[in-house]
Amino acid sequence: MEACNCIEPQWPADELLMKYQYISDFFIALAYFSIPLELIYFVKKSAVFPYRWVLVQFGAFIVLCGATHLINLWTFTTHSRTVAVVMTTAKILTAVVSCATALMLVHIIPDLLSVKTRELFLKNKAAELDREMGLIRTQEETGRHVRMLTHEIRSTLDRHTILKTTLVELGRTLSLEECALWMPTRTGLELQLSYTLHHQNPVGFTVPIQLPMINQVFSTNRAVKISPSSPVARLRPSGKYMPGEVVAVRVPLLHLSNFQINDWPELSTKRYALMVLMLPSDSARQWHVHELELVEVVADQVAVALSHAAILEESMRARDLLMQQNVALDLARREAETAVRARNDFLAVMNHEMRTPMHAIIALSSLLQETELTPEQRLMVETILKSSNLLAALINDVLDLSKLEDGSLQLDMGTFNLHALFREALNLIKPIASVKKLSITLSLSSDLPEYAIGDEKRLMQVLLNVVGNAVKFSKEGSISISAFVAKSEYLRDPRAPEFFPIPSDNHFYLRIQVKDTGLGINPQDIPKLFTKFAQSQPLTTKNSSGGGLGLAICKRFVNLMEGQIWIESEGLGKGSTAIFIVKLGFPGHSNESRLPFVPKVPGNHMPTNFSGLKVVVMDDNSVGRMVTKGLLMHLGCDVLAVGSADECVRVVTPEHKVVFLDASVPGADTYEVAVRLHEKFSKRLDRPFIVALTGNTDRMVKENCSRVGMDGVVLKPISVDKMRSVLSELLEHGFLVESQ
Amino acid sequence: MEIVGQLQKQYVDFINSLFREGYLDDQYVQLQKLQDDSNPEFVVEVVSIFFEDSEKLLNDLASSIQQQVVDFKKVDGYVHQFKGSSSSVGAQRVKNACVAFRNFCEEKNLDGCSRFLNLVKQEFYLVKNKLETLLRLEQQILQAGGTVPLIE
Repeated sequence: MEACNCIEPQWPADELLMKYQYISDFFIALAYFSIPLELIYFVKKSAVFPYRWVLVQFGAFIVLCGATHLINLWTFTTHSRTVAVVMTTAKILTAVVSCATALMLVHIIPDLLSVKTRELFLKNKAAELDREMGLIRTQEETGRHVRMLTHEIRSTLDRHTILKTTLVELGRTLSLEECALWMPTRTGLELQLSYTLHHQNPVGFTVPIQLPMINQVFSTNRAVKISPSSPVARLRPSGKYMPGEVVAVRVPLLHLSNFQINDWPELSTKRYALMVLMLPSDSARQWHVHELELVEVVADQVAVALSHAAILEESMRARDLLMQQNVALDLARREAETAVRARNDFLAVMNHEMRTPMHAIIALSSLLQETELTPEQRLMVETILKSSNLLAALINDVLDLSKLEDGSLQLDMGTFNLHALFREALNLIKPIASVKKLSITLSLSSDLPEYAIGDEKRLMQVLLNVVGNAVKFSKEGSISISAFVAKSEYLRDPRAPEFFPIPSDNHFYLRIQVKDTGLGINPQDIPKLFTKFAQSQPLTTKNSSGGGLGLAICKRFVNLMEGQIWIESEGLGKGSTAIFIVKLGFPGHSNESRLPFVPKVPGNHMPTNFSGLKVVVMDDNSVGRMVTKGLLMHLGCDVLAVGSADECVRVVTPEHKVVFLDASVPGADTYEVAVRLHEKFSKRLDRPFIVALTGNTDRMVKENCSRVGMDGVVLKPISVDKMRSVLSELLEHGFLVESQ
Repeated sequence: MEIVGQLQKQYVDFINSLFREGYLDDQYVQLQKLQDDSNPEFVVEVVSIFFEDSEKLLNDLASSIQQQVVDFKKVDGYVHQFKGSSSSVGAQRVKNACVAFRNFCEEKNLDGCSRFLNLVKQEFYLVKNKLETLLRLEQQILQAGGTVPLIE
């Protein structure tokens, strides 16, 4: 502004210069005025502008500058002093403001600059975030795809659907051109193309499994990029230009056995399928990492889904099989039941229908025998009788056996004379034996009890059967029957190791041995002997009826008697020995918990004098004690009365014959006394009778009394007659009858 | 002799009335049967023991019922004893009262128990009275030279 040195106006001769100066100044002023206006306008438009104050300053500076230049216009011509003053003021102001502004700018411009850098930084950051967002989004999408795929795959248990869905979904998600699954063949040597995305029914391409590329894929659980020209990838006619990238991944085929309980399924299954995925050709797409990951995850899921499907198939098959078997079994059972019912019906009918005529025949034949007959006729009648007896026996056998098999047969236990049984059997067999000139010997051991408890009739049957067989199959020689009480060593039959009988106080094992010198038996045939209707060999004797039920029934009976029967023979022609063991009870040891019932002895046979009979009375009630004592004394007994259990046990001696215990004590004292008395006299045979007196008719009392070994129970109140009968029964029978 | 006859008649009437009213039952007759030459005082002895025992039992019963905490088992035990002795003697009403008493013991009904204790006591004293009278009559008959008629 050197031209604005306006204190002394100079009028240069050059008026053009002046004119140009004049115009420039005008425009400068114009510009100076318009710039702030523009600034104000635009700043007003933008809402954010932090430096308003600066703007004002700047504006002021510009305005003043403009004003200066404007005023300058008047100084080109002569001007008054006022104008000069105004000019000067304007210039001074301008100077001030511009300096202020300059100073201010020093602070502001770095700020503005840093704003710029920050802006740049933020832009970069935003770009980076955008990139990351993009990545995350793709990942999330991948995850979503995997989930969806998995869901699709797992939503079905049908193997084909699973695989088809896998391929379809993968194809869709990854926009694949082609997707294929190669399954190993049965032989395991080749891979066969099983499913593809675009071919509905792929023709059976096969590829040998031992290709190095395939091994490479199988050796890792990652998706592996393979060459598009490899045999597994050549599925479509080669594209026009560049085939898309191909990736292959292994799909383990898991079996049930892979799922151990404690470990994860080992992927040492060795059986894999191959999934091949091809990107669209002619596209520049590449396999991204997240896509590969997706493929791997899907492959795993497919493996699991397939194995589930396989398990389901198995279980369905097994269930169907079971159902079929069930139906068959049910049918069989019903048939069996029908058969059993039919047989039972048949037998029931047979029983009656066949026995009736049988009886008629036998009865009339025996009657006929009694009449006058010629020798020939007699012979005929005898034969008829013998045959019909045999037939009757056979019928009975059949019926017995069926009853035995049903398990409905029960032994008739009773006390019988053992010695007499043997004698009777001997008597029955002797005639037949003597006809055949066989000698029979019977030897009973000395420790054989005279009486025993068992099923007499059936024991006889068994004995007769066995001895009868011995006689039947011996043409000559002798038969020896021996019976003795078996000691444990002799009880074991080597053929029946489970048979472990234990004799006890209540029962013993009777061992009977029947030895003959007859035909003998082939050791191989021995097991068959006891089976029904089995004929061991064609017999030439006339009376042969080797087949039949006899031995089978014997075996059943013997088993019922908790015993064993067997036959030993050294061979044909060497005779045989039949041995059987049965369990019998000792008489006098009753297993029943009830006191035995014996018909009541009428009163007038009773002895009325029990003089000197030593008895003990225990009653803790003094009145009762005295009454009972008086009662017994009245009957002539020598009574010792005690009031407590201890005293009772102490004072009882073998001289006392009866101990009366009052059982109305609401406690177990009475029973305890009985037990202790038993203990005291356990080794002796002269234990006194123990009788309970009670006012309680409860069955429990009776049972408790018999349990502790009491010999009787008497109900109070006791009359003289009652006591008399009690005493006489005790002394006569050894135990009390009904405790009335 | 007239006195004997009179006494005997009195005796028979009395004992029959006792039977009728249920004070005594057949057991008493049995007791009489047991009395013989070897045991002439049998009935008296038994009855005396019965009285002694019963007094003691009644005392025990009373005290055990009056306890703060009543031991019903113990009470039941006493009643059981009493029942036993009264039935041995033939004191029927006492025995029946005891039976009912026992029910209350089982139910642990204190009120019932005290009521029945009183009842049992009552019955006992009644029968004691009757028995004493009866025995006195017997004595009188014997002293007058007669024999005590036996009731079948």
